[in-house]
Amino acid sequence: MAGAESGWSEKKVFDTEAASFLVKELRERFGSGRTRSHEWRVSQVKALLKAVVENEDKIVQALRFDLARPPLETLVYEIGMFKNSCEVILKELKHWMTPEKVKTSIATFPSSAEIVPEPLGVVLVISAWNYPILLSLDPVVGAIAAGNAVVLKPSEIAPASSSLLAELIGKYMDNSFIKVVEGAVDETTALLQQKWDKIFYTGNGKVGRIVMTAAAKNLTPVVLELGGKSPVVVDSNINLKVTARRIISGKWGLNNGQACISPDYVITTRDFAPKLVDVLKTELENCYGKNPLESEDLSRIVNSNHFARLSKLLNDDKVSGKIVYGGEKDEKNLRIAPTVLLDVPQDSLIMGEEIFGPLLPIVTVDKVEESIEVINSGTKPLAAYIFTNNKKFKEQFIKNVSAGGLLVNDTVLHLVVHTLPFGGVGESGMGAYHGKFSFDAFTHKKAVLYRSFAGDASLRYPPYTDTKLRLMKALIGGRIYDIIRALFRWS
Amino acid sequence: MLSKATSLPIKLCCFLFILMFCNSISGARSRREQVFDGEKANFLVRELRKNFDSGRTKSYEWRVSQLEAIVKMLEEKEEEITDALYKDLSKPQFEAFISEVSQVKSSCSEALQELKHWMKPDKVKTTITTFPSSAEIVSEPLGVVLVISTWNFPFLLSMDPVIGAISAGNAVVLKPSEIAPAVSSLLVNLIEQYLDNSAVRVVEGAIPETTALLEQKWDKILYTGSARVGRIVMAAAAKHLTPVILELGGKCPAVVESDVNLQVTARRIIAGKWACNSGQACISVDYVITRKEFAPKLISALKEELEQFFGKDPIESKDMSRIVSPNQFARLVNLLDEDKVSDKIVLGGQRDEKKLRIAPTILLDVPEDAMVMQEEIFGPILPIITVGNIEDCYRIIKSKPKPLAAYLFTNNEQLKKDYVENISSGGMLINDAVIHVATRGLPFGGVEESGMGCYHGKFSFDSFSHKKSVLYRSFDADSSMRYPPYTPQKEKLLKAIIGGNIVQIILALLGWS
Repeated sequence: MAGAESGWSEKKVFDTEAASFLVKELRERFGSGRTRSHEWRVSQVKALLKAVVENEDKIVQALRFDLARPPLETLVYEIGMFKNSCEVILKELKHWMTPEKVKTSIATFPSSAEIVPEPLGVVLVISAWNYPILLSLDPVVGAIAAGNAVVLKPSEIAPASSSLLAELIGKYMDNSFIKVVEGAVDETTALLQQKWDKIFYTGNGKVGRIVMTAAAKNLTPVVLELGGKSPVVVDSNINLKVTARRIISGKWGLNNGQACISPDYVITTRDFAPKLVDVLKTELENCYGKNPLESEDLSRIVNSNHFARLSKLLNDDKVSGKIVYGGEKDEKNLRIAPTVLLDVPQDSLIMGEEIFGPLLPIVTVDKVEESIEVINSGTKPLAAYIFTNNKKFKEQFIKNVSAGGLLVNDTVLHLVVHTLPFGGVGESGMGAYHGKFSFDAFTHKKAVLYRSFAGDASLRYPPYTDTKLRLMKALIGGRIYDIIRALFRWS
Repeated sequence: MLSKATSLPIKLCCFLFILMFCNSISGARSRREQVFDGEKANFLVRELRKNFDSGRTKSYEWRVSQLEAIVKMLEEKEEEITDALYKDLSKPQFEAFISEVSQVKSSCSEALQELKHWMKPDKVKTTITTFPSSAEIVSEPLGVVLVISTWNFPFLLSMDPVIGAISAGNAVVLKPSEIAPAVSSLLVNLIEQYLDNSAVRVVEGAIPETTALLEQKWDKILYTGSARVGRIVMAAAAKHLTPVILELGGKCPAVVESDVNLQVTARRIIAGKWACNSGQACISVDYVITRKEFAPKLISALKEELEQFFGKDPIESKDMSRIVSPNQFARLVNLLDEDKVSDKIVLGGQRDEKKLRIAPTILLDVPEDAMVMQEEIFGPILPIITVGNIEDCYRIIKSKPKPLAAYLFTNNEQLKKDYVENISSGGMLINDAVIHVATRGLPFGGVEESGMGCYHGKFSFDSFSHKKSVLYRSFDADSSMRYPPYTPQKEKLLKAIIGGNIVQIILALLGWS
């Protein structure tokens, strides 16, 4: 019956039954073994690359619709980074798929051992709205490289990107194994009730807990890419202009501050703060002009909910009078100008949550070393940045600040280094991906030991005697003298 | 209240009554104070976190001091340890030493040997995209971690994860299993005596204590046990976004082809079943699959070797562990007494309830829906399932959840290759059983229902570490192309740089493409 064959896609509502049918279908197909071959994986990675390259304009347009994102940001950060991911996979996949030989010891002689990477099976990727293409396709391509079947649930808060993803994946990919489910809370809940072999979630800590709780019911391992307040510590004897530009680039140049690794707030000394503020003002004007609300080079705020949330942070009594630059808002167009606040109290609203917007509070301390204590008094962030030329302070920072990733004298760029794992710790998440870490995240590393029938010592077996025990102890201890002694007493 | 007129004996009685009442209240209070509840657990974690924050456990010296203390503990207290294992499980001294004590010693030795190397940051290559830059991955401790152990290898499965946690620089709380009480209380004493109590602690108890611990925020939890409780642990961890390692179990199959050295195969199956805590191990051979015509030969060989190992009366043999508890005993007897199964016994079946012993028992061709084929056996019962073609084993194994280990006995290279490719399990061993977990360099962990995460050796260090990415940039070579205002030229150049292709970069720089 045609209806039954096309399954859930015919139904209007994607409910638990539809989700269950989808997973069952994908699991059966995965069982055929098709996704395991190097050829299939490479064909799919190439197809996804082609999908993105041939539709760059459409992607740029979708991001303009969803976020008023400047085309350069989309081309460089979403498309450019994704292409990079694909190229790394295509170059390295054969090597990653090769079992890793492991040395064996005399304890199991004669034997050989290896670690065999195998796909987990059917995995779920739940994406976010701020980099809707990259944060969907980057995990998906990792899952494919590892040989899995995958369901992608893009964010409904970026609707144009979500429907473009459904279209491109439908058109370019092998739909027997790679599917997109669009929707919101209901659809996500239906998906989370199913048994997956891994769930990869990008978003916030509140929903991260919900995802992990749902995963626990089925013993499904998870990767959670969350967020936090990524601090920027600015020391005094640095190249101030470059520092300011790099902070601006990492903050407002990245989706107008709506990124999980955006510099969230700055910590600097009371003495240095005015200088920093001055240079920031100058550079901000150089980048966005005198009327930043009109600038084409800034993304807008994604929706009215987030606009209201950010407005509330600015309207907090505790920060009134602290705005030293910006603060202008345009509710109709969902725009907020780059805003810098100086000397905000630790108990203000803006210091109590991840900002995820174009507001940059500067917290001041007496000595710059105190910044480490300020950072450690909060939860571990996804990223932490430091601008300094002081080697000792730099080392102290690296040693004492725990975050997903650290960057010295720049912001955000560690994201593009594919040899570095990208992931959080504590409240900022668990697990990591990018480069080989993506492949590993979606792989089971199976330990395999090969033995032969030769060389079977009765030493191992009952009946246990004192002599056997002495000999075993000697063998394990590895000392020749003990072994000979024990052997001599063997009768 | 009592008038002068009331007689002395009555006054005395009242006084005594009041005294007894007060006594019972304070007794109840001190009993309450002795209970390890949520408040105590919270206090414990806060204390350990304060001590961890002082930086003490991060130093190489501290970690080495603790590992060396454990080595000393093993040397000085080997007898106490094997005695406690005998008390809890009637575990033969040989097994106790080989499978528990020496494994812990080996873990420590490996950590002591390799720790300096493991602790060094991993330098990684950077590309032209971030030039000039250098990068590394720094291993740092997670903080305060919880290890929940189990009863079957109560010493090994407590100390091995604790060694991992310590070598990665964490503070650690160990909750041993109350089902192995002698080892549990020995661990309290030994850890108090040998290790740094400001960072390493033991909490004894059962469900209430474990629940109190699970309500706290840990930086990692390593749990060894059943899938049912594994779900509870992960759900509790989810409230705090605590990552977990779950070492669970499953039905570990052993496929036996007819081209094997029969005697060695039989001996190794026995070693991986009855000589391994009487089958009470997560990686024990759970059931065997073999060809119909080969089964009688295999059974015959098993019978012969079992008698060699354990004598004519295996229930009396000192070389086999007993069943751990009356609960487990009843469960196993239930599996044997099921109608579908009771007439399939080809060897053994004898039991002694008082001694908590069940003889090595082999069942032939039980139906697939028998209880003994539905749950992890975890005991001295070995069902043998026969098939027409050896390839039928795949259907049987895959119809069950992925196990912690899978075994294959054969000399056929193609079969080995197919098995490794087709069967997914935590780990695999060809032509032997169980000992793959003693192989340095191999991760020990499950997949799907048999668990998540892994440990042993460097995997232990990694599992209890956060791998922090660090990128170093300089202030030199800062080009304005990254910054707004965005222009088509900047766009071209940035695309080329992200792509990392030198030719593209040059072309873009020259204003082409």
